[in-house]
Amino acid sequence: MSVTAFLTDSTLCIGCKACEVACKEWNQIPGDGFEWTGRSYDNTGSLGHSTWRHVKFVENGAIPGFGGNSPAAFSWEFSSDVCKHCENAGCLEACPTGAIVRTEFGGVFIQSDVCNGCAYCVVSCPFGVVERNPEDGRAFKCTFCYDRQKVGLQPACATACPTQSIQFGKLDDLREKAQDRMTELKDQGFEDVHLYDPQDSSVGGIHAFFIVRGDPRTYNLPPQPDVPTIYQRKAWTSAAAAAGLVFGTMLLAFLTRKES
Amino acid sequence: MPGLGTTFGRGGATTAQQDLANADAILIMGSSMAENHPVGFQWVMEARARGAKIIHVDPRFTRTSAMADIWIPLRAGSDIVLLGALISFVLQNERDFREYVLNYTNASVLLRDDFQDTEDLGGVFSGWNEEKKEYDVKTWSYRGAPTGGGASAGHGGHAKDRGGEKSKENVYQQDLTLQNPRCVFQVMKRHFSRYTPEMVEQLCGIPKDLFLTLAETFCSASGPEKTAAICYAVGWTQHSDGVQIIRSAAILQLLLGNIGRPGGGILALRGHASIQGSTDIPTLYDILPGYLPMPFFGTDASSLDAYLKKHTSETGWWANFDKYAVSLLKAYYGDKAAKENDFGFNWLPRVTGDHSHMGYWLEMAKGNIDGLFVMGQNPAVGAPNSRLERKALAKLKWLVVRDMVEIETASFWLDSPEISRHELKTSEIETEVFFFPAAGHAEKDGTFTNTQRMLQFHEKAVEPPGHARSETSFVYHLGRRLKEKAHADQSARNAGLNALTWDYPAEGPQAEPDSEAILKEINGWTTADRKLVSGYTDLKADGSTTCGCWIYSGVFPKPGENKARKREPKGRYGHGWGFAWPSDRRILYNRASARPDGRPWSERKKLVWWDEQKNEWTGDDVADFTKTKPPSYRPPEDAKGDDGLAGDKPFILHPDGFGWIWVASGLKDGPLPAHYEPLETPVHNHLYPAHSTDPAAKKLESEQNPYATSPDPRFPFVLTTYRLTEHHTAGGMSRYLSHLAELQPELFCELSLELAQQLQIENGNWVTVATARGAIEARALVTSRIQPIHLNGQVVHQVGLPYHWGYKGLVKGDVVNDLIALSQEPNVRIMETKALLCNVFAGRQSAEHNAVHSARDSQDGGHQTWQHGVSENQQ
Repeated sequence: MSVTAFLTDSTLCIGCKACEVACKEWNQIPGDGFEWTGRSYDNTGSLGHSTWRHVKFVENGAIPGFGGNSPAAFSWEFSSDVCKHCENAGCLEACPTGAIVRTEFGGVFIQSDVCNGCAYCVVSCPFGVVERNPEDGRAFKCTFCYDRQKVGLQPACATACPTQSIQFGKLDDLREKAQDRMTELKDQGFEDVHLYDPQDSSVGGIHAFFIVRGDPRTYNLPPQPDVPTIYQRKAWTSAAAAAGLVFGTMLLAFLTRKES
Repeated sequence: MPGLGTTFGRGGATTAQQDLANADAILIMGSSMAENHPVGFQWVMEARARGAKIIHVDPRFTRTSAMADIWIPLRAGSDIVLLGALISFVLQNERDFREYVLNYTNASVLLRDDFQDTEDLGGVFSGWNEEKKEYDVKTWSYRGAPTGGGASAGHGGHAKDRGGEKSKENVYQQDLTLQNPRCVFQVMKRHFSRYTPEMVEQLCGIPKDLFLTLAETFCSASGPEKTAAICYAVGWTQHSDGVQIIRSAAILQLLLGNIGRPGGGILALRGHASIQGSTDIPTLYDILPGYLPMPFFGTDASSLDAYLKKHTSETGWWANFDKYAVSLLKAYYGDKAAKENDFGFNWLPRVTGDHSHMGYWLEMAKGNIDGLFVMGQNPAVGAPNSRLERKALAKLKWLVVRDMVEIETASFWLDSPEISRHELKTSEIETEVFFFPAAGHAEKDGTFTNTQRMLQFHEKAVEPPGHARSETSFVYHLGRRLKEKAHADQSARNAGLNALTWDYPAEGPQAEPDSEAILKEINGWTTADRKLVSGYTDLKADGSTTCGCWIYSGVFPKPGENKARKREPKGRYGHGWGFAWPSDRRILYNRASARPDGRPWSERKKLVWWDEQKNEWTGDDVADFTKTKPPSYRPPEDAKGDDGLAGDKPFILHPDGFGWIWVASGLKDGPLPAHYEPLETPVHNHLYPAHSTDPAAKKLESEQNPYATSPDPRFPFVLTTYRLTEHHTAGGMSRYLSHLAELQPELFCELSLELAQQLQIENGNWVTVATARGAIEARALVTSRIQPIHLNGQVVHQVGLPYHWGYKGLVKGDVVNDLIALSQEPNVRIMETKALLCNVFAGRQSAEHNAVHSARDSQDGGHQTWQHGVSENQQ
């Protein structure tokens, strides 16, 4: 099985939210409340236990004469967020029960029947993707439509997207495609486009990368995401050093005592 | 769609959504296509990727603007000023596609000397009758053409979709130099001469340089090597001059040579699934299937011969009118329809008045209607002045509502705002309501006719739950029972019902009628042996053929060959997937994609051309032309029908084969478009001060349907209403589903930063929006996507409201359509929802405002409240 990925090209997103709905329909996720936020057209807020695809609406101020496709102005941007399925996944590494596994497609999958609701994964995700369902305490997030991929289908969100803003395919192919698209956009005068794929960080690359206009942080994409376990060696070294120091002091105490 | 019908000959989109990908520029106006047609919008994105310029003209910066290269905000209701100025720009700068204009349009045709323009008469055309408030269209005729016959403006509405009534446009004189001051070209040039960039600045609020950018972008993407398309939706139709807005676009496209060519055309984006189908096989009162006019009582013929004579033209495709009408009567009345009894023509009901939505609802409000069927509609939420309409429902004796959920219309007697406001009392409402559960589209077989005239068959995926049934089943079994009753009573009034054929096979435990059997009847067959016909060219006027809707003929040409069911797309236009009427032609009038001599205008834009070797039209699409008629064909004297049109006349439905820049017959408010202000407006009509609004439009003003004055200090702002991607029209299909309802859970009102500041409203606050009809409450969404419009010093604030909410469902909200007036555009009698006057108040004050309306009939005690509200607001 080859490793698969999402390329979410926000310059093609029309903010229709078909991905959100298709995801919920396929995965039978319940609705998560009817709260109007007043934040542009976004009323589902963020990724969470009951929202595995989430379209962000970023308003920057419209200028007559310039549509959003004009290189000169970026006025109202839409971007469909999703679990990044990290190469080094914080959630997976933190999971003490083995509920979180890596699939043959390279995705990170939570087996909800094994999850004990400890929430270590929630705090270990550098993107804030994983969330516990407050009702039963278990953690949920995008499954990368493992069940669909298993039978040769694309994930529901990519299938529903009418404008190919969400593309699905082999990881290497899509990385190449993303680079080509970046060149194309730069050639068209879009100076403010960014490919978000933090391969140099400790997450070691992600399986869901994004093309966005403006600062990626606007879209809740951290510039330097880190897996908490990178602090593990330092933590263990400090612990070992501390233990060594204690042991050494004790030893010294014993030795000095013998001598005296 | 008489705007397209009268100009081109057929009331349907001239192009296909897929063809937008071939455009060099796309102007989207009167539509937020990305939001309301997101799937079709992928081809706009495709065009964009290929380098086309996307222009969006809209009062608001929408999700469509976010995908466009150029966004141009305009004042709602000023569309004709902008389009007229584009037309004038083309004419003044000689940017027209002259060879196309000369050969394929009526620009060169001479007009009568007694025609007088709006420029001569201060805002009306000649023939205006101020007393009757209607036009006598005699002076609009071509010079030399006999007048009279069918060329009357009195005959109403949608029948104009077919390209005007039978008239004498086949008799005309031309000036091919276009210099004669009485030729259409010069008359039009003069007519639009005051539609200048300065006027655009003054009335639309579009700065001159921005207008010129638009004009240059659109015109430079047109010509032999390039094409530009226009997409519109109800943002154009729901105006008091909506048909003429569409006419303006149609004229522009004819001048630029953009009709019938790949990447060109006008895409009429229909409001929802199968709206095109609902005019083709109409749910309208004034036409029969295939755009045959309904006979009118009194003014219309009482014998079939007279009816046929009235509507059959001498030249052009409508010379076949008799074949289609008789074949339709054979479909209705089968063996009972014979030559001796005029094929049952007198069993057809007659139109006796205004039976349009507004017309019959006003009758209902007066208590003149006993019963009503509501299917596929939720008028308690979705119809104009829904407050009046809900009250009218209480005057019925019985009401049948069929829907998938219990919609507001079905429960108006229990939980409508009128009940909570004590305007109606449940215990006093005598209306007996029958609520029937309806099957969803996945629970039944049938066809949709989509926005590009394409029929697509869908199959039942699951059985409908419980007692839910399809519309087909409901109507079939209702008809069956009515026929049983009629059979027992053979009186004259039941003769038509007794004669009606109603023999569809019904299958399965629920006796569901066979949809394909119905589609076969629509396709048509030979009467004697029920052999399916291959298309409408097989139809006869002698009763030997039967056909339910001639334009659909060919959809089921052989047993087992349901073309609407086909899913094998081939070629650039996907032939083999579904069936586009007529005859699977994907781009209408595509003869115009070739030069008069039959060669393509350019290699880049070739579509259909004359093949010298095979002596036939060939290309990527089915030719919208007689296949073997050579470009050099010239009709002999007295040739009739299609033979009466030359080989270089692409608009084959018209008696002269031209695209009609000038509409001599078929429209009720002018042969050319003129800008009229909305029925409520804050702006002075600088073009025609004496006739600010469309003189032929009807306001239907009454105590329950009051209007603001123009301008009106009580209602200083412009209100426009619209839809969101996340909901479906009046909400019956979205507000009851959690996955959709959560995406837009509450009614909101979009306000500019400037207006919010002026009214001291913050984002998320409650606001009250009031019009002369009533008041509603919404949450404020303060955004720079709406901006004040500057008209040479006058500032116009615009306010936006999506209209999806009601008093039932998972998410509830006030009914925005309570704010809209009942009104009638002259041609199709549609209401104006896109530009009206309102006021906005901080906080939740709707009870206070609506109390005024509740009290209105009996007393004037609420007057003080109004004054109070206004003075507060004007500080």
